[in-house]
Amino acid sequence: MLSRVADSLYWMTRYLERAANTATIVGVHFNLELEQPRDSGRGRWERIFRALHQDAAGVDTLSTDAAVHRLCFDQSNRGSIVSSIRMARDNARQVREQISSEMWENLNRIYHDVRHVDLSDFASSGPDDFLNSIKDGARMFRGVTDSTMNHGEGWQFIALGQFLERGVNLAALVDQHFLHFPATSVRPGSGFDSSDYLEWIGLLKCATAFEAYCKVYTASIVPERVAEFLLLNETFPHSLRFAADRIETALKAVSDLSPSRRANKVLRLAGRLRASLRFAGIEEIFSEGVHRTLTDFVRQCGDIHSGIYQAFITYPIEAALEA
Amino acid sequence: MQQTLSGAPVTPRPLPPPFHHYSVDAAWDEMFDSSLAVRPHYQALMARIETMPPEELRRRKQAADLSFLHQGITFTVYGRTEGTERIFPHDLLPRIITAGEWARMEKGLAQRIIALNEFLRDIYHGQRILRDKVVPRELLYTCPQFRREMRGVEVPRNAYVTVAGTDLIRLPSGEFAVLEDNLRVPSGVSYMLTSRQVMKRAFPALIAECGVRPIDHYARTLFETLQALAPQGAADPNVVLLTPGVFNSAYFEHAYLARQMGIELVEGRDLLVHDNFVYMRTTAGLRRVDVIYRRIDDDFVDPLAFRRDSILGVAGLFNAFRAGNVALANAIGTGVADDKAVYAYVPQIIKYYLNEDPILPNVETWLLGEDDQRAYVLDHLEELVVKAVGESGGYGMLIGPHSTAAEREEFRRRILANPRNYIAQPTLNLSKAPCFMEGGAIEPRHVDLRPYILFSGDQVRIVPGGLTRVALRRGSLVVNSSQGGGSKDTWVLSE
Repeated sequence: MLSRVADSLYWMTRYLERAANTATIVGVHFNLELEQPRDSGRGRWERIFRALHQDAAGVDTLSTDAAVHRLCFDQSNRGSIVSSIRMARDNARQVREQISSEMWENLNRIYHDVRHVDLSDFASSGPDDFLNSIKDGARMFRGVTDSTMNHGEGWQFIALGQFLERGVNLAALVDQHFLHFPATSVRPGSGFDSSDYLEWIGLLKCATAFEAYCKVYTASIVPERVAEFLLLNETFPHSLRFAADRIETALKAVSDLSPSRRANKVLRLAGRLRASLRFAGIEEIFSEGVHRTLTDFVRQCGDIHSGIYQAFITYPIEAALEA
Repeated sequence: MQQTLSGAPVTPRPLPPPFHHYSVDAAWDEMFDSSLAVRPHYQALMARIETMPPEELRRRKQAADLSFLHQGITFTVYGRTEGTERIFPHDLLPRIITAGEWARMEKGLAQRIIALNEFLRDIYHGQRILRDKVVPRELLYTCPQFRREMRGVEVPRNAYVTVAGTDLIRLPSGEFAVLEDNLRVPSGVSYMLTSRQVMKRAFPALIAECGVRPIDHYARTLFETLQALAPQGAADPNVVLLTPGVFNSAYFEHAYLARQMGIELVEGRDLLVHDNFVYMRTTAGLRRVDVIYRRIDDDFVDPLAFRRDSILGVAGLFNAFRAGNVALANAIGTGVADDKAVYAYVPQIIKYYLNEDPILPNVETWLLGEDDQRAYVLDHLEELVVKAVGESGGYGMLIGPHSTAAEREEFRRRILANPRNYIAQPTLNLSKAPCFMEGGAIEPRHVDLRPYILFSGDQVRIVPGGLTRVALRRGSLVVNSSQGGGSKDTWVLSE
C-alpha cells in the first residue's frame, strides 16, 4: 500500500488511543482526588503529566480544574484530548478512501461532539460524561474497525499504532507510579495505609485492569502482582506483554504482505521485545528494578517505531532501488 | 403557438398539476413544444407523472436526496466561509434525448475531438496550420496555455486528449451547438454515474420502458483507454490517478473514479522521479508508474518545469514524460485547444485537418483582441456575455442582460487592459427542461449538456448522454456546479 496511507492510518490510531488513555487516567485521578484532600495527593497531577509524556513544569501550582482543563480541553496543548482527537480525524480524513465509511462517521462524530463541549457543563457535573464519551468513542471505533475493515495491510498498521501507543503509555504510567509508591514501602501482611491502597487500585483502573486483576489474583492488591499483571500477563489487552505480542504479529503480517529486505531489522527488534517479556520473571524484574525494565521497554518501542518508518515509509530511494 | 382560423394566436390550455405553473417561451423546451404538447420521447415520463400521486413524486425525490447524502456525493463550493462539502443538488426528472439526436451529436463530437487532437499535434510539431495562416500565430503564442516545453515532444499514440468534456447547448431552433471544449481536466463524470444509480432506484420501470442506454461502462472504458497509453513493453501497466488531495473541490470524483477503475489514488507526494522514471512509494518499496490520469493542472504538475511553488506536483515528472517513460492523460499543453479564443477557429480547424464541415456548429463568438470586434462588443455589453479565455467554472464572466452598470464598467476596464484575454458571445437562450420545485410543482429551468469523450489516439468512445447541468435559480443561466448549479440524469433512448 502507499506509504503515506500506512503513515496516516498508524497515526490516526495512535492519536485516538492517546485520547482514550488520557481520558481514562484523568477520570480515575479526578475521582481519586474527590476522596482525598488535595495535599495528600502528593504531586498527583505532576505524576500524571509525566505519565502522559507532557511537560510537568508548573503543574503543582495548578488547581485540579485547571489541570483537568489542560489535559482535556486546551487547544494549545498538543497532548490534550481535544488535540489528539483533532489529529486523529485529520489523519483519517487524508485516508478516507482506505477506511470504511462507518469508521469515518464514527470518528467524525467524536470530533464534532468534542468541538461542541462547553466547559460550563463541568462546573457542576464534573468531567465524567465527557471522559466516558471519549473512552466509549474510542472503543466503538475499534469495534467498527474490526468489523468493517478488511484485515489487510491497513488494518495491521492500525494494530501497530494502537499497541505501540498503548505500550509506551502503560509503561510510563506504571513507571511513574512505582517511582512514587515503591513496592518496598509495603511490607507483606502489614496492610496498606488506606490512601495508598486506593492509589494502587487507581493504577489498575488507569489500565482498565482492576476487575481483570481481581479475577486472576483476588482482591488482594500486592505490588509484585500488580506489576506482574500489567507487565507480563499474556491475555489481558492492557499489558506490556500483550502489546509486544500484537506488535510482532502485526509486523510479521505487514512484512508478509509487503516483503522486502528492509523489514528484517524491525522484525528482529519486535521479536526480541516479545521474547524478553515472554521469558521474563517478575522477581528478576524487581531485583533489577522496575524502572529499568520499563524505560528499556519504552526505548525499544521507540526503536520499533523508527524501524517501521525506515522499513516501510520513509526509506531512502537508494535503499529501495537496490532491493 | 396554436392559431384559430382567423389567425389570432390562442393561449394553450394550461397543463394539469404538477405542471400547472409550466409555460414555454422563445427558448426551446425539452419536454413541450410551443403549444404545450408533450414531445413524443417524453410521453412515457408524462404518463408516469400523471398517474403518480403527488406525494409519491416527493417521496422518490427525498429517497434520491438521501441516497446522495449517504453516499457522500459532495462538492466543495468556493467562496463560502467554511469551504465545506455540500451534497450536489440533483433534480429527479430526467433529461431525455432521442436516438437520432444522439447519433448526430456523437458524430459531431468525434469529429471535433479528432480535429482538435490533430491541431495539438500540429502546433507542437510542424505548425502547418500557422504557416497556412488558418489560425493566427499571435493568437497561439499569446495563449497562456500554449506550452513551449511541448514543442517536439512525442506523446503515446499521438493522443493529446484522452478525456474531453464538451459543453453543448440547444438553441431556440432545437439545434445543438458547442458552447466550449474542456480538454484539460474536465470533471463531473462522477455525478453523471452516481445520478444514474440513484435514478435506477427512483424510476426502474420507466428506464426499462423507455429503453435508456446504459452508461455504467464508463469506468471500464476509461481504464482501457488509459492502459493503452502505457509505454511500449510495460507488461502489466501501472495506472494511477493523480489528485491534488482531499481539499480539492472535485476530490470525491477522483476517489470515485479510482475506486471504480481499481487503480491507486495518489498525490504528488507519493510519487518520485528517479532516472526519468516515475515511482510510487509503497510499503513494499518503490513501484514503477506507467500511466498517470492526472487531475492536476499543467501549472502545478511539476515544480521543476512549471510553477515552482507548487507542492501538488512531482519534481521531474515532465522530464519523465518527455523521455517517454510515463504517459500522462491528458498530455501537457492541451489547454491551448480549449482557449475560448481558439474556440472561435475550431470550424476552420475541422475543415483544415479533416476537410469536412463541422457537424456541430459553434456559437457566434467575438474575439476582443481584434479591434473591430472589440469596438462592437464594448458598444453592446448589456446584450452580450463576456468570458475570460482561460477560466472555467463560470467565473470571470459577465452576463450583460443581468449585469449592473458598475459590473459592465469593471469588465470594460479589464477588456481594455488585456483584450486578448476576452471573448464575447450573444446571450444565449439555453433550452429548458422540467424541474421539480420545492413546493411540488414542476417548472422549466435552463440546461446544458456535457458529454464525456474518450479518445485513445485512434478510437473515439462516448458514453451515451453525459451530465445535464441545470441553472436551478429561476432565470439564471449559470449552470456550473461551483456556482450553485445542479444536475439531471441524461437519458439517451436506444431507438
